[in-house]
Amino acid sequence: MAASLYAADPPETMRQFEVEGLTLLYHRKSGLTHFLAPPAPQILAALSAGPASAAEIAARMGESFEIESEDPAAAIAARLAELEAAGLVWRT
Amino acid sequence: MNHVFRLQVGPVSFRIGSQWRRPVAQLRRLYEGYPEPEGVCDFTVRLEAERVWRRWLRPSVAIRGDYVLPDAAPLPLAQGLLAAEMGMNLQMALGQKRFLLLHAASVERDGRALLMTGHSGAGKSTLGALLGERGWRFMGDEFALLDLADGRLHPFPRAVSLKNESLGLFDGVDPARLGPVLTGTPKGRIRHLRPNGEAVARMGEPATPVLILFPRFGRDLEPTVREVGAAEAFMRLTQASTNYVALGESGFDALTRFVGALPCRAIDYADTAQAQALIDELWAKA
Repeated sequence: MAASLYAADPPETMRQFEVEGLTLLYHRKSGLTHFLAPPAPQILAALSAGPASAAEIAARMGESFEIESEDPAAAIAARLAELEAAGLVWRT
Repeated sequence: MNHVFRLQVGPVSFRIGSQWRRPVAQLRRLYEGYPEPEGVCDFTVRLEAERVWRRWLRPSVAIRGDYVLPDAAPLPLAQGLLAAEMGMNLQMALGQKRFLLLHAASVERDGRALLMTGHSGAGKSTLGALLGERGWRFMGDEFALLDLADGRLHPFPRAVSLKNESLGLFDGVDPARLGPVLTGTPKGRIRHLRPNGEAVARMGEPATPVLILFPRFGRDLEPTVREVGAAEAFMRLTQASTNYVALGESGFDALTRFVGALPCRAIDYADTAQAQALIDELWAKA
């Protein structure tokens, strides 16, 4: 079975504000404000290049960040599930 | 409506209509010296009989207006003044779109404002009113109006609603500034205090906020100051705002700018003298 592909709204549809290591995000489509801890904002940034699987997101993030995890894709998948529940990402 | 009173408070105007004379007469007396609004008022509050026959038999006041809470309980006519005050709060809380509304007290010195917010019983209203009698300009004890465009705070100096023990702290003020004592209200014993002449005369002057305080009152608390991070301040202020969600992105922008630029502190105190000492100390550094 092919891995799920995740997508997010483009960055220009959200307002972000960094505060004390957290990111406050205003999502225009829903009108909701979210408090995000790393690596959630970085996952959304990685998705701005287009839909991707958890492994692909990990690879995209690896270009800019050092990921401290033995299984980055699994760690990313867990955060993706949270972002999906919050309505910020969805499966294509 | 048989009896009408029009009232300007800061940048907001109200038209209060009542089927009874007494609540309007009490409002006129309480808000003596306030300017009359020009043109159409921003909000309408109507005090109506819950049912027609109740206007005569056991009168009971229902609060109506542009915005209505369907389950708002009617109050006895003796509390008509309280109903009018609650009606004004309700219209602001649900209908205000020009400002981010923060449930907070604010006072000003030298064009700079101190904002105090907290849960009911934290003492923000009492502290705001006390400071207003002690060298600060009282801007409001119920709502602070954060300008969405320039981040300044606008005054909203409505009558202060003094509750229970705090009534005794204002024994020295001119009795003409005090409303009737309302007993048995949902919040206990209440007496309204008209803000002083300076607060009324300068109700059109906004101020630049420079310090946010989260006071907490408790008889057993040691006087302490704690730094509050911008993330916690943001969260607490969204809870303290009645229209954050309704404003959408402009509310987000205004509030992030607000907490990003200002120091925020939580203070614990057991009496008003302690609170004032802490506030003086923090204000000197702000």
